[in-house]
Amino acid sequence: MNREMKKRLRAAGLWVTTFVLMVIMCVPGLWVVLSAFRPNREILAKPPIWVPEDLTLNNFGKIFGFGAEQVAIPVLSYFWNSMVIALTSTVIALIIGMAGGYAFARFRFRFKNAWFLGLMLFRAVPGIALSLPVFMLWSRLGLIDTQMGLIIVYVSLNVPFTIWLIDGFFRQIPMSLSEAAQVDGCTRWQAFWKIEFPLARSGIAAAGVFAFLTSWNEFALASQLTRSTDSKTLPVGLMDFTAQFTIDWAGMCAMAVIIIVPALILTFLVQKHLIAGLTFGGVKG
Amino acid sequence: MAGISLQNVVKNYGRLEVVHGINLEIDHNEFVVLVGPSGCGKSTTLRMIAGLEDISDGDISIGDRVVNDLPPRKRNVSMVFQNYALYPHMNVRENLGFGLKIAGQSKEAVEQRVQEAADILGLSELLERIPAELSGGQRQRVAMGRAIVRHPEAFLFDEPLSNLDAKLRVQMRTEIKKLHNKVRTTVVYVTHDQVEAMTLADRIVVMKDGYIEQVGTPMEVFNHPVNTFVASFIGSPPMNLIPATITSGQVEFRDATKIPVPSRLAGSVSDGQEVIFGIRPDDLTPIGHGIHEARETTDIDLTVDLAELLGTETLLYTTFVGQEVQGKMFDPRDVTPGETLTFRLSLDKAHIFDAASGQSVRRH
Ligand SMILES: Nc1ncnc2c1ncn2[C@@H]1O[C@H](COP(=O)(O)OP(=O)(O)O)[C@@H](O)[C@H]1O
Ligand SMILES: [Mg+2]
Repeated sequence: MNREMKKRLRAAGLWVTTFVLMVIMCVPGLWVVLSAFRPNREILAKPPIWVPEDLTLNNFGKIFGFGAEQVAIPVLSYFWNSMVIALTSTVIALIIGMAGGYAFARFRFRFKNAWFLGLMLFRAVPGIALSLPVFMLWSRLGLIDTQMGLIIVYVSLNVPFTIWLIDGFFRQIPMSLSEAAQVDGCTRWQAFWKIEFPLARSGIAAAGVFAFLTSWNEFALASQLTRSTDSKTLPVGLMDFTAQFTIDWAGMCAMAVIIIVPALILTFLVQKHLIAGLTFGGVKG
Repeated sequence: MAGISLQNVVKNYGRLEVVHGINLEIDHNEFVVLVGPSGCGKSTTLRMIAGLEDISDGDISIGDRVVNDLPPRKRNVSMVFQNYALYPHMNVRENLGFGLKIAGQSKEAVEQRVQEAADILGLSELLERIPAELSGGQRQRVAMGRAIVRHPEAFLFDEPLSNLDAKLRVQMRTEIKKLHNKVRTTVVYVTHDQVEAMTLADRIVVMKDGYIEQVGTPMEVFNHPVNTFVASFIGSPPMNLIPATITSGQVEFRDATKIPVPSRLAGSVSDGQEVIFGIRPDDLTPIGHGIHEARETTDIDLTVDLAELLGTETLLYTTFVGQEVQGKMFDPRDVTPGETLTFRLSLDKAHIFDAASGQSVRRH
């Protein structure tokens, strides 16, 4: 009985700890979401109003140009830019990551380790440190304030990580699987798509989510390299809410929700691939 | 009709040559076992036949086609890998049918062939399982099934049993032999286990350091090893190899013990020749405990250091000319260490190798 009690206490303790940690992690996010549905006056009230008294969709209405109050912010353009830039750069980073990861995992070539180390070191440089040189280069090349300019930057930011992650997954797949497939009648290319790719899928999905989120949320470089609706992304667009003397917190929070939702949806869609459910039982004794 | 022929086949990895121009003719439907210590180039040779490794020089033919530059898929062979290499994301049915599907066979044809292979190997109950849900022996069976469904011109096995426990290994060994009797096809089988080689092979190819040392039926290789390497590699426990000199028609050991030169080898040795005298433990037996009636024998007294009971026989460890020499006692009685026994040595089963070259003095 005593032992049973202890067990229960421990379980309860664990549960409470988990809950507290979750709250700490989630509250800021939830607060942003909550604020997106409250008027500015309630957000800024002193003393703070904890329990919302007035929930409204006005904040969304005004940024999309409906309702009485209007803010002249081209959210749809920002959203479109963000989507195009994040998706394109993710797809490219994944293609390069798969090719590079496969090469690192499967082939021997000269200076392999040096290449790998170089990629990792590149990743260690903070993006913002590159912003000035990139800015100068981009302005010469006419890439400032273009989607292409940001896509190139994000691809190069993400490629080291995608290569590293995907390499690790290919490395776990024994060479003999591809060889067996080739003896079974596949070309090397078929063997890759039918055997190795499906087995590395969870790694590729993880790399994809990571690359997408990095591009989707990136602010520092985007704020330097974009100017107008031609290329401004959502995080940069957030700054439109800061006027000289005021900050429209409610509008900003509404826009933050617009940024968060697609990222959440993507993560949910891909998560079943992230669970590496496949064991490599086929190849061990 | 598909035999396999290797002519002066060389393999280099960069500057390192690991297979040095080997020649081998494998007949249609023959079961050939490549055997040798680890690192001697067996897998490399097999993988060159499969097309998984380029050949650096020479020619490989399967049937009457030279396949040097053909990719694996065009060679019409199938291979069983040491780690089985089953596709983890496919169930047994899909694993078995994969090659046929790639070849563009109709669904019904695939289904029928898969069923046929599953019946032969007793896999019918397991068709819906994925590899992770199978035991080691079952995976082994699926790997073999995947090899036979395609009716290839040759099966290539690379140490297929080495991941199984001892009991299962013996059982699967028998099954492979039975399988070969059922689906008669050319087989090239790689192993480092000489017992597997002896039990399975029509012909054994003994390899060492990238060279072929001897090719022959199991009995030829066992009874007439061409050199000391084959003599000590084939047979368990290994043949005793004792240095000696030929003096006036006799084999004189370092301690001046003399025994006659076996009469069948008398014409092959010359006085003063340094030799290695070889005798298997089975042919060095205490008087009255031998297994066969040898025509030509000689007796020596040896002191037993250790007796190892194996049931139907006892292995006797003795010291002769300062080295360990093993004998066998069939129909055994109790032997205490330190006991001196008179051993009968079957001279007609003895071997003599030239000490300098290691080659058998017997003319082939
Ligand atoms: N990819 C490779 N690169 C360099 N050397 C290799 C490679 N593969 C095998 N070798 C060498 O070739 C020799 C023969 O190897 P292998 O055919 O695998 O031997 P076995 O199968 O008889 O144990 C070994 O010495 C091994 O180290
Ligand atoms: Mg090997």
